[in-house]
Amino acid sequence: MSEPLIRVEELTKHYYLPKTKLLEKRNAVRAVDGISFDIAEGEIFGLVGESGCGKSTTGQMIVQLVKETHGGIYYRDRQINALPANEMKALRRELQIVFQDPSSSLNPKKTIGWLLEEPLVIHGVADRAKRREIVLKTLEQVGLGADYLKRYPHELSGGQKQRVGIAAALVLKPKFIVIDEAVSALDVSVQSQILNLLKELRDKLRLTYLFISHDLNVVQYLSDRVGVMYLGKLVEIFDVSTSAVGPLHPYTKALFSAIPDVKGTRERVLLKGDVPNPIHPPDGCAFHPRCPLAVDRCSQERPGLQKVAPRHEVSCHLFEEGDFPS
Amino acid sequence: MANTLLAIDELDVAFTIGGKQYPALRQLSFEVREKERVGIVGESGCGKSLTSLSVMGLLPESAAITRGQISLAGKTLSAGLREEWHSTRGRQVAMIFQDPMTALNPLMPVGKQIAEMALTHLAVTRKEAKQMALEMMAKVGLSRIEQLYGEYPHRLSGGMMQRMMIAMALICQPKLLIADEPTTALDVTIQAQILALLREMNRSTGTAMLFISHDLGVIREVCERVIVMYAGFIVEDAPVQDILENPKHPYTAALLQALPSVEKRGQALYTIPGRVPPLTERGGGCPFAGRCPRAFGICHTITPELDTGMDGHRVRCHLYVEGRLCG
Amino acid sequence: MRWNQLVRNKPFMIGGCLLVLLLGLMVTSLFYTPYGPNDMNTAMRLAPPQASHWFGTDNFGRDIFSRIMEGSQTSFVIGTASVAIGLVIGLLIGAIAGYWGGWMDEMLMRIIDAMLAFPGILLAIMLVSVFGPGFGNTIVALGIMSIPAFARIARSGFIQYKEFAFVKAAKARGASSLRIISRHILPNMASPLIVASTMRFSGSILAEAGLSYLGLGVQPPDPSWGRMLSEAQPFIINAPWYVFITGAVITAMVLGFNLLGDGIRDGFDKKR
Repeated sequence: MSEPLIRVEELTKHYYLPKTKLLEKRNAVRAVDGISFDIAEGEIFGLVGESGCGKSTTGQMIVQLVKETHGGIYYRDRQINALPANEMKALRRELQIVFQDPSSSLNPKKTIGWLLEEPLVIHGVADRAKRREIVLKTLEQVGLGADYLKRYPHELSGGQKQRVGIAAALVLKPKFIVIDEAVSALDVSVQSQILNLLKELRDKLRLTYLFISHDLNVVQYLSDRVGVMYLGKLVEIFDVSTSAVGPLHPYTKALFSAIPDVKGTRERVLLKGDVPNPIHPPDGCAFHPRCPLAVDRCSQERPGLQKVAPRHEVSCHLFEEGDFPS
Repeated sequence: MANTLLAIDELDVAFTIGGKQYPALRQLSFEVREKERVGIVGESGCGKSLTSLSVMGLLPESAAITRGQISLAGKTLSAGLREEWHSTRGRQVAMIFQDPMTALNPLMPVGKQIAEMALTHLAVTRKEAKQMALEMMAKVGLSRIEQLYGEYPHRLSGGMMQRMMIAMALICQPKLLIADEPTTALDVTIQAQILALLREMNRSTGTAMLFISHDLGVIREVCERVIVMYAGFIVEDAPVQDILENPKHPYTAALLQALPSVEKRGQALYTIPGRVPPLTERGGGCPFAGRCPRAFGICHTITPELDTGMDGHRVRCHLYVEGRLCG
Repeated sequence: MRWNQLVRNKPFMIGGCLLVLLLGLMVTSLFYTPYGPNDMNTAMRLAPPQASHWFGTDNFGRDIFSRIMEGSQTSFVIGTASVAIGLVIGLLIGAIAGYWGGWMDEMLMRIIDAMLAFPGILLAIMLVSVFGPGFGNTIVALGIMSIPAFARIARSGFIQYKEFAFVKAAKARGASSLRIISRHILPNMASPLIVASTMRFSGSILAEAGLSYLGLGVQPPDPSWGRMLSEAQPFIINAPWYVFITGAVITAMVLGFNLLGDGIRDGFDKKR
């Protein structure tokens, strides 16, 4: 692994809510609140968190489907979130995305062949035979045959649709793919097929993924490093394979202990209450009202990400520099 | 041993599409004892939700029971008598759904909806019903209940709403609670809370539970026994620990092997080739034969029986005869 | 939507049959009418329906059947042209308002609201009295009258579809806004637009009849169903069939389009 392929600095997204009263101050939801991380070439970076934590917004900002409020996004050390339209369009060949629900991410009125060919048309692959060749090769890469070209999305099963969704992202030969909950809607037996496929494609095509999911079993299985988000902030980043201590942040611990697993060996930490309203997040550490280990300081001071071990960062007052033997 | 509460005997349910009949549930037989927590697990299209709808008498118009019967607390519910179904629902069987939002009336305060339930089914006054509703809301772990009583559904979070649904379902002290994927739409930390609540309610009220989920991990959290369904058939039925540690049916085994986990990092996941056959493409023989790595000649022609082994572990597979592995 | 599903749909079939019949009359009238539509026969004034004059004759002795046939051209042309104007402009407004949103949306929708505040026919009367009566101006007025309906449908469709994952996916592949609108969103909006078109078609025909009845629409001697109705009015006692038949034909046309629209909508709804 070398220099980061993707780097995100202080990335922030505020959504403004419509005013309910005329003279009211406009309320903002801090969907993503100043997060920074990087992804090395060839790495699978998992992003987990509960609904509304901002993980999908982060993914969509990186491929510039959602415009950030402020912050920087860098691809190979080149800032991409302020590029003129034509340069961004060219860059889209390298940065792709796969969506959660395969039924809504494929246009129901178009054939699979048309859908896979379209990105090539957009990016000026003029030669029809050449386009066809690329489409067929991509279909083959995701385990489908030429007989799918004339079919419509509704004729396919969920797993086949998701294969087409992956193929549509691959057709432009990208370097980096955001995979947004792409296996969440699938049954277990199909999910394992898609996970194997994603892994195989990463190795074969030297791809880099940002793998977004709420399913921690899936994320831990597939990712090299995992970032955990809570209320728009990254609370922990750790390496799944080398981290001897495992997750440290109290939220991550609770989250991981809540995974229903078939072995039932985990010790359970049951959190109280719901995720707070992101319009009025708690002062200090956003997690402190639910945190079993919170001290006074947590309600006043906001912690930042601190390196506690190689490839392991935590945002928690309990693990400040010096307090924790690394 | 406790008495049998729900008994389903050789139930067949079929959909009629374009004048043709397609069997969706086949030879379904199982029992739920009083106070027991039974899980039904399977992938989409296996018939697990249809099973719960059959028990509730809520089958869609295009589906009908073609054979067999359902008895509840010793009383047989016949398919024809809608009235009978109606009086049974709510009083003896209650149900909670994946999406509580669609099950609640958006224009009525939630607390009032819970009280209505008691008013309809029990001989109580309005005041008593409200008191019961408040007590029930406290029991399911809600705080600020006086205030919450008057809130409308859209003001509640998913977890709170599911607690409300549980309160509404249990207010008439039903003998059986059917929970159809009640935590699938919730976040894991909230899911853990709801699962703990369901276990607790089962312990304190003695309501038996039929818990439907696609997630074996969730089933393990809540249930004592699990029924594995595939393409409309029960393929395996045994205590949860037993199934997880020693799955007998090749489908159950494959399902467990296909689950991703941190321990399986670096290895390819086990996959089941193909997909669950859709309703219109189901033929004779074992329903799993086409995808089964251990299928042999007879599997493709003769549907195996659901045999009970000596340990009470039921499995529908030709590899097992009287609980022993042959071949 | 499957064809055989539509065939079993009663409103669709009844509406379709009515329209095919009327369309047949119109096409025939291009080559042949039993009498010249403006040929007078003073010997046969206000004759009741009979073998030589199926629908009878009017106060100038003109054959009503021939005039109805000829008038169907006016109705179809005005219906088609005004729906086309409304559809194109409405779609454009809806697309801009719905897809881009923001202040453009606010402004355009307020204009549409203002248009909707007037009863449609009043708006058309206003326009025609400003620009003067006549065939072309009637079409323009009725077209403008149809804009709000299409603009609102298009806007809500664009708002709905622009959040769809397949639209975002197309954007991520580098598709331009024009391509997303024309290739991805519009094909998915065909069904509500077809339904709205059939409804507006009948609305335009009715409005044309109304305008012509008031003398603001198509000018004599061109036959128009609305003007025929107004001409028939004085003779409602002496020749009731004149009013009755003309009114029935207008009703049949409007009913036909409404039923057709209902049927198509049923077909689309069932698929969901």
